[in-house]
Amino acid sequence: MATDIIDATTGANQEGASQEIKIIEDATCTFCGCVCDDITLKVEDNHITEAKRACVLGKAWFLNHAIDDRPSCLIEGQPAALEEGYDRAARILCEARYPLLYGLSDSPCEAQRIAVSIGDWVGANIDSTSSVCHGPSGMAFQSVGEVTATLGEVANRGDLIIFWGANPAESHPRHFTRYSLMPKGLFVPNGRKDRTCVVVDVRKTKTTKTADLFLQIKPRKDFEALWTLRALAQNVELDPDRVEEETGIPLATWQTLMDKMKAARYGVIFFGMGLTMTRGKHCNTEALLGLTRDMNAHTRFIAKPNRGHGNVTGADNVISWRTGYPFGVNHARGYPRFNPGEYTATDTLARREADAGLIIASDPMANFTQAAREHLATIPYIALDPKETPTTRQATVAFTVATYGINTPGTVYRMDDVPIPLRPAFDSPHPSDEQVLREIENRVKKILNIRA
Amino acid sequence: MADEIFILIPGRTSKQGCGISEGKFLENYQRETSRLQVASEDMERLGLSEGDKVKVTGEHGQIEIEVFGARPGDLPPGLLFMAYGDLSCQLMGSDTHGTGMPTSKGLDVRLEITHP
Repeated sequence: MATDIIDATTGANQEGASQEIKIIEDATCTFCGCVCDDITLKVEDNHITEAKRACVLGKAWFLNHAIDDRPSCLIEGQPAALEEGYDRAARILCEARYPLLYGLSDSPCEAQRIAVSIGDWVGANIDSTSSVCHGPSGMAFQSVGEVTATLGEVANRGDLIIFWGANPAESHPRHFTRYSLMPKGLFVPNGRKDRTCVVVDVRKTKTTKTADLFLQIKPRKDFEALWTLRALAQNVELDPDRVEEETGIPLATWQTLMDKMKAARYGVIFFGMGLTMTRGKHCNTEALLGLTRDMNAHTRFIAKPNRGHGNVTGADNVISWRTGYPFGVNHARGYPRFNPGEYTATDTLARREADAGLIIASDPMANFTQAAREHLATIPYIALDPKETPTTRQATVAFTVATYGINTPGTVYRMDDVPIPLRPAFDSPHPSDEQVLREIENRVKKILNIRA
Repeated sequence: MADEIFILIPGRTSKQGCGISEGKFLENYQRETSRLQVASEDMERLGLSEGDKVKVTGEHGQIEIEVFGARPGDLPPGLLFMAYGDLSCQLMGSDTHGTGMPTSKGLDVRLEITHP
């Protein structure tokens, strides 16, 4: 049986017959913050059957996002016309006194931008999944500053790579090969052989197998460990017994690490949620950023958070462009105010303050604390997601949307704040996040008599 | 055993990540987020076998979950690991200490064998 082969990148069309096969070159994977944009997709009858170069997470992402056979809109669990859904969603938001707009991190920047506008019109709290990811790192950036670089610079220069409280072997599987350990770069021509890898964590993980030096510190002692290094960076004398008692690591081992750090030509610390989700949170990250800053008195050193969702970095950027703050922004007074712990999603829900919600591309019903989930279940909310989730199941209005990057174009930000275009593989019968949000925004403006 | 304090570290795993894309109501995600990894020394000391159920009680919640042993050396005694999901979230408290982030790792918990 002959096949109709269409090369989507060149438009070449070879003779064939029964089924259409498309090849998409340089497709972008939006599962994690690596945002790998070198994937070759094979698409057969609106189903991705192959994702070359994708990691295990990328393959699962591409191969499991076929067209979801669900209504594009459900109101209180019943199929409804999209127009009805848009009307109901706008009414819910306009009638609320303290609405919460949450999620955004698996949605393209173009949709995020409209979402922030809606939040502005209705005086909402706007929060992204950053607040339960690297939000504390965002707070630390504000208090300490950020010595940063692109992943391209890391690939070309980094000769000492430290992973702290991060497990990219499981969460960002191509991190090593594309950016941090394996690439043969301009100043590290032999790739892995020119780099030293250090892992600091409380347990052995798949990432520790890559390490030249692994420091298994005591749980909840990151702050003490980082300040030990800060002291050593400045040649402060420390009590060896106290250091080992606090961190679980002999002072001599910390000194060995500091010697490597000072001897590096270009040091990099990638840090994960081992810091931000553990007691101390932003104080842990502040210590790490302070250490990075200190190291620049000796050599070049930078630090980067390993961001999780495909466009969580875009959410930080877009919310910052529009409001001046990256997450946890309140618009109740008509202008933006920033206060993590007060305007962030978990807090407004667990304190039973939010009285309506617009949940975009996230699943708080699966990921939030019990108190927050219990309150969300009691208030009217709208959910946008390509798949059925615990959050869409309980939504007042649930929109099944096209999957970004697979069905819709747009822009996402890689974890190093580099914008990357999306190259969709096939169309979806469901509307995009952008379309749904624009329809809701139009109705919100009409209800509120906004003519802009 | 019920008075002994363990430290629970919920975290990501590849299987959990794949399960998100496959569907959260499907077997792979449900299975991966419903198992508790226990240090091999603790498994032996407490007389636990793979598949036994334990009650995990923290300051903010209680869950019942299956256990499996970590490979020797992967987890230090006293430390527990599980993939993020509905069950791990039931143990998190809502006080974010002014950050927006609930303390989600490094949780003090107690174990009690329920179905050996």
